[in-house]
Amino acid sequence: MKLLLILPILIPFLTAILSLFAWRWQKVQQLLSVVGTAALLFMGIKLVLSVKLHGIMAVQISNWQAPFGITFVADLFSGIMVALAGLMGLSVTVYSIASISKQNQSLGYFPLLQILLMGVVGAFLTGDIFNLYVWFEVMLISSFVLMVLGGGRKQMEGAIKYVTMNLISSAFFLAAIGLLYGEAGTLNMADLAQKLNSTTNPNLVMTVPALFLVAFGIKAAVFPLFFWLPASYHKPPVAVSAIFAGLLTKVGVYALIRVFTLIFIQDITFTHSLILFVAGLTMVTGVLGAVTQNEFRRVLSFHIISQIGYIIIGLGLFTPLALAGSVFYILHHIIVKTNLFLVSGVVYRLRGTFKLKELGGLYQIYPYLGILFLIPALSLSGIPPLSGFFAKFSLIKAGLEAEQYYIVATALGVSLLTVFSMTKIWAEVFWKPEPSKLKANTVEISASGPNSYFLLLLPIITLAILTVFIGLAAESVFSLAEQAAAQLLNPAEYIQAVFGDKL
Amino acid sequence: METILAFVVGGLYAAGLYMMLRRNIIKLIIGLVLLSQAANLLIFTSSGLLRSNPPIISEGMVAPEIPYADPLPQALILTAIVISFGVLAFAIALIYQVHKQVGTGDLDELKGTYV
Repeated sequence: MKLLLILPILIPFLTAILSLFAWRWQKVQQLLSVVGTAALLFMGIKLVLSVKLHGIMAVQISNWQAPFGITFVADLFSGIMVALAGLMGLSVTVYSIASISKQNQSLGYFPLLQILLMGVVGAFLTGDIFNLYVWFEVMLISSFVLMVLGGGRKQMEGAIKYVTMNLISSAFFLAAIGLLYGEAGTLNMADLAQKLNSTTNPNLVMTVPALFLVAFGIKAAVFPLFFWLPASYHKPPVAVSAIFAGLLTKVGVYALIRVFTLIFIQDITFTHSLILFVAGLTMVTGVLGAVTQNEFRRVLSFHIISQIGYIIIGLGLFTPLALAGSVFYILHHIIVKTNLFLVSGVVYRLRGTFKLKELGGLYQIYPYLGILFLIPALSLSGIPPLSGFFAKFSLIKAGLEAEQYYIVATALGVSLLTVFSMTKIWAEVFWKPEPSKLKANTVEISASGPNSYFLLLLPIITLAILTVFIGLAAESVFSLAEQAAAQLLNPAEYIQAVFGDKL
Repeated sequence: METILAFVVGGLYAAGLYMMLRRNIIKLIIGLVLLSQAANLLIFTSSGLLRSNPPIISEGMVAPEIPYADPLPQALILTAIVISFGVLAFAIALIYQVHKQVGTGDLDELKGTYV
């Protein structure tokens, strides 16, 4: 049981080290990465099953008892996130084998991806707020390098914004931790939850939560702190964009949900109303941004922002159904969003451009690719019976039950605009006749072999099937999300798991 | 002492933000460094400054003598310094590359990044 909590962090770490030993043998690196991420996915699923069976699990690293040592905790929510990290890692690794250029692969792309996954998984599993900061930095540094890897001018420009905003967010996070420690005298999240349980100290109820909101808000790209995301996510290679889009902002969302369900729940009328307000604005600005864009990946980047808004609604409403909706939404969103980015990469491979104006007529030539795009796109807009419908449905139902009609109206309006911009991509890329002044295909098809399209399409098909499957089996997936939400709303269970029988 | 340090922290934040608002890319990095130093000093200050015994358990005792100083903030700051050191090294390499490719240190020249 102890191992189950540590292995998800150790597996990517060991894979990265082994890959470093195999620096010159790219085939070995590829194989190691696939095996490593598959193992991570397996461990993630095992973690979910075992948490479902035994309740929240906790491990004290090197047996230092709870508030003193570093604790790793897995509840259902973090288990689900670890499993998703494994799934995304595996899909993107398979996709990368065929899509990342030989040169970038030789610069250590695969080990970096593993370190990134290690940081992400560590952030999901840790039960210590300073340790969370450290995992964030592990994740950030590897994402910085992935962002600029082998890059030209374009990538550098995106990277400057990305690096700056993330470093500012880290500084805020660190300051918040400092103030929190000064007031509460502990860093263990369960201990913090206990100590802050009935406090009315205004520093702890207003200032520190606000700092955390800003710090995680930058990472999660919520309004008004999202500008770095659309400025940078469309610059690196598609596989990198896909894993960033799927996982990285969601780590910020995870941290928001964790901190604002476990620790800062004293003044819900202030903090959670603020979150709800921010969520509404995030949705609107995100989708309006998406509507105005004319580049495939930029449209998708803006959609990440509006989807983050949807996820945060659940946290702002703070009811069991709403949080279950959030968990379900994250699950659906990670799969769908990564898939859309992967499809955009195939389109780029075929036509050598991301600009909607220069694309067209792909449905005529590649009807199956059109369908593969349509499944995640419709799911993202919330068309039944795909996964997005149930995610949106539960959030809107929760909003109606909580009588927050403004946010419900906003969510529904944004949903319409999402359909609009998805059909825009569909019409521009797949339906309209191909523009005649087609430029020469300028893509360096570098790592391609006979299997290259197979490797590109395999993850896309798998993720598309998964989206349909989640939609069809929504009942059982949603009950899992409900259990996760119930655990989130009951901090006593978390505290009990960390401190064991000492209480 | 706390008051003085509070002003120093505030000054560092102000200076850092001011530097980040300049156009020059080097000043941006300096601003980031100042911000992270301000955060470190903030941890140090907010965890309380008191003259007290070292947190060492002397022979025959089970706990250090009260009042003892809290060593944890220093450990946190040390970790944060090491991390920011690594990040800084990366940031400097990045601006070097940017300067090589864009040929200027002016952030406004980076605007043509649309697609």
